Amino acid sequence: MPDTIIDPAPHIAPVVFTRSLLDWLPWLEPLAVEALTERHMAALVDAARAKSAYFRLLARDPDALQARTLTDKDIFYNPDAGLPRAERELAAAATSRFNGCIYCASVHSRFAATYSKREADVQRLLDEGVGANLGERWNAIVAAATALSATPMTFGPQHVERLRRAGLDDLAIADAIQASAFFNWANRLMLSLGEPAATAEA
Amino acid sequence: MEADVIDMLVGIEPGSALDMIRHRRPQAREQAQASYRALVAPEVVGGVSATERLAVAAFVTGLHGEAQTAAFYATGLASAGVSAELRQAVDAAISAATGEGPYGAYPAGPLSREDTAGPTHRVAPELRRLLGDRLAAAFEHMHLLVFHPRDAAPPALQALLDAGWSTTDIVTLSQIVAFLSFQVRVVAGLRTLAGSL
Repeated sequence: MPDTIIDPAPHIAPVVFTRSLLDWLPWLEPLAVEALTERHMAALVDAARAKSAYFRLLARDPDALQARTLTDKDIFYNPDAGLPRAERELAAAATSRFNGCIYCASVHSRFAATYSKREADVQRLLDEGVGANLGERWNAIVAAATALSATPMTFGPQHVERLRRAGLDDLAIADAIQASAFFNWANRLMLSLGEPAATAEA
Repeated sequence: MEADVIDMLVGIEPGSALDMIRHRRPQAREQAQASYRALVAPEVVGGVSATERLAVAAFVTGLHGEAQTAAFYATGLASAGVSAELRQAVDAAISAATGEGPYGAYPAGPLSREDTAGPTHRVAPELRRLLGDRLAAAFEHMHLLVFHPRDAAPPALQALLDAGWSTTDIVTLSQIVAFLSFQVRVVAGLRTLAGSL
């Protein structure tokens, strides 16, 4: 049988950027849980991800998924100095807000709010967009993420200088670059292979 | 050992300040390279051929206007022994598809005021003949993901299925354009940082 598109079950599509927990519904058939081999499980990296339709869809190309996931983890979770976790998540949320990925923005705005304790500022980014005034250090990070995410890119020495003036060292600036660059990867997968849905608790 | 593509495109010398910075995120460095290998130069190509991967990579990086990265993938395609006609068709497809992003529409509601209009790219008939239906459909999808990913919807995936791509092939194609959107930005960002170290 030829491959087909999946019609997602009836659901409520979120129409605003939100920090609420969202679901994600695939437009293409993920691998079935019972069809996952050892190779697929290794590619998922965390066994719990077998529950996620998104990761089981990406598991169709296990080598690509595994390398993607390990890249992601080091950029966001490596605790060795550099940009604090809250601000790596801010760069991810700002990139997602700019590209228009409501699902990605929900996850990473929650993380940014949790790690920074600045819920109101994170919510302002979601409500007002990447032009929101979040104080100079966060403004500099959001401006850099946005300039790097535009196509063609508009990121230049002025963005690096502004980050430096805001107190970021070279490793922290590299982290901001990698966090924003990574969400240009993640946003395109989440936006084009399925769609977000409100959950009961949203 | 193969050369690290990001290091090469940024011009990172062993022992340089930027080499030390990348060394602090060793798994990201190694796995970005592993992603390149898995997607652009895999040992087992699966449903997306080696030539198709290189053609898509040349097209996607050409659209980003990052000269060194685009030249690297254009050279990769040329080295794969493809016909001059195909290479010229890819170049012509890039010129015809260049634009500025991100644009697109949101689900109807409060965000509609942020909707930004822009073109849905269609490969011209004369290029479609040279590229073939599979690559032409892939290029149209790559343009969507590069410039206006928030417009993505099931009919775009149906168009890929209709052109002969399988579900698994579409996952691979999507990973290629998404990964290159990352790689080209790491290259541009780190090169800018290197200029101020």
